[in-house]
Amino acid sequence: MTETMRIGFLPLVDAGLPILAREMGFAEDEGLTFDLVRDMSWATVCDRLLYGHSDAAHLVAPLAIATTLGLGRPAVPLSVPFVLGLNGNAITVRPDLAEQLTTTGTPGDIREIGRRLATVVRKAGRKLRFGVVHRYSSHNYMLRYWLRASGIDPNQDVEIVTVAPPFATDALSSGEVDGICVGEPWNSVAVDRGVGVIIVVTSQIWRRGVEKVLAIKSETMTQRPEATARLLRALWRAGQAFADPARLDEVAAILAQPEYLDGSQELIRGAVADQILFARDHERIHVPDFMFQHREAANFPWQSQAAWLYAQMCAAGHVTSDATDYETAQRVFRPDIYRAALAPLGVPLPGASAKLEGGLELPTGVGTTQGRLVLGPDRFFDGRPFDPERLDQYLAELAQI
Amino acid sequence: MRIAIVDESPARAAVIQEGLQSSGLTDILVLSERKDLVARIETFGPDVILMDLANPRRDELEELFAVSKALAKPVAMFVDSSDDTAMEAAVEAGVSAYVVDGLKAARIRPILELAIKRFHAFARLRLELDEAKTALAERDVIDRAKRLLMKKRNIDEPAAYTLLRKTAMDNGRKIADVADALLTAEKLMGGL
Repeated sequence: MTETMRIGFLPLVDAGLPILAREMGFAEDEGLTFDLVRDMSWATVCDRLLYGHSDAAHLVAPLAIATTLGLGRPAVPLSVPFVLGLNGNAITVRPDLAEQLTTTGTPGDIREIGRRLATVVRKAGRKLRFGVVHRYSSHNYMLRYWLRASGIDPNQDVEIVTVAPPFATDALSSGEVDGICVGEPWNSVAVDRGVGVIIVVTSQIWRRGVEKVLAIKSETMTQRPEATARLLRALWRAGQAFADPARLDEVAAILAQPEYLDGSQELIRGAVADQILFARDHERIHVPDFMFQHREAANFPWQSQAAWLYAQMCAAGHVTSDATDYETAQRVFRPDIYRAALAPLGVPLPGASAKLEGGLELPTGVGTTQGRLVLGPDRFFDGRPFDPERLDQYLAELAQI
Repeated sequence: MRIAIVDESPARAAVIQEGLQSSGLTDILVLSERKDLVARIETFGPDVILMDLANPRRDELEELFAVSKALAKPVAMFVDSSDDTAMEAAVEAGVSAYVVDGLKAARIRPILELAIKRFHAFARLRLELDEAKTALAERDVIDRAKRLLMKKRNIDEPAAYTLLRKTAMDNGRKIADVADALLTAEKLMGGL
């Protein structure tokens, strides 16, 4: 007797874990049947979750926090017991703009690209316009972080608008936006069509940036603890398969299927393999850790990641810094549920629930309750670490840039 | 009560509008084009915005609602906990609603219920239309197969139909499928 889990998702490469868990049998091994519900907007993925149409969802991390805090929707407490991946997004701009910022077709020095962009922004007769996939998305906050640290005020000097991923390429080609910050395969689609050039990948901004998460209504998680644990184990195994080079072709073929991403297997394969085509008619280039779905306990929901996101929401003016809300935001991430679910697999489990984000320059061993764990460098491009214990000081620093 | 209907399908928008109008809700603006959508909503100043749940531009519109100075904070899918069933029904039907600050749940509920009914009605209409189209297409295929049999076997129409029906029954298939197979075979054989 299997138990059904309905999981909402958007057709993106980082929806891979639930898809693979279903197709490769990891869900079945845990006695679960995954019923995957594809939508075209995060709003709809979120509403299905809130009103019982799905049990769990692939979601942009900040939206789980925003929904818990009641931004734009009545507040419904959501929980994040598992991170579906780190990074995997990029900033893609019009080819003629890219010419002014970088050597087209190659990954450049992100600081230098930022400096040049600041010059272009100053000299342009109008505000440059960037599209991000959602108001409450890591895309929005990563883009803002890079702009601000490059001397561009994201609230004043440029315009940032929301464009759904499937429309991002069209928005770029029609001139509606000058650049997009979007997940895969949509940057690659823009490159493939020759309407965009990738200038920066988000792992250059933050080497270990939190991206999509698995969100569940806190109420559902309390009511179905065993099913939640099994779901997490199935996803963890799917992460193992996602990161296994021997299964690369199989992974890309599954994700490309019409009922999932309905896209080019070749483009999807490039993203999964961290082989990025920065511009059309150039060579693919290996970008280490472009997408990071498994190693180094990548799926562990560090409460400090939620804290960083809350800090960025404050900096963007989406919320006003508030001690109670800050606490609530951090508690959306549930490392305790992760540990309890994955302990039986014998995998490394971090002992702490929060850490200094962006503080590691070298691979560093961390305390665990089980197994050995070494975390790789996780720096921000500007070298500014984030200490979740010092939100006010951090925000004051950001405001001074 | 001012209601804006945002729907990329003008046909469905018309069905919803008509339903609301017949309940005496006549202050309605239908928006099917993306162009200047938010500016037009701002000018209209609705209390409620109804939108197809599958509209791929919801995230874009919610962002514009959030930054709009003219609109008083529209909130997606009003609820208090007592309305969970109503909301489930809305999601099921594919309706989403944005309620402008301050409107009481009791006042929006009948509108939402109406919209849900109309969304269902539209889905049913479309299903019936699809079925009617299929039925028409099947009848055409069967007619052509009958004429082919009449010509090749030199039999009359009832005999041709009986032959088709018997073959279908013997093989556990639909008459239309057998007729279609016959026409395909005829085409492949080049009318031999």
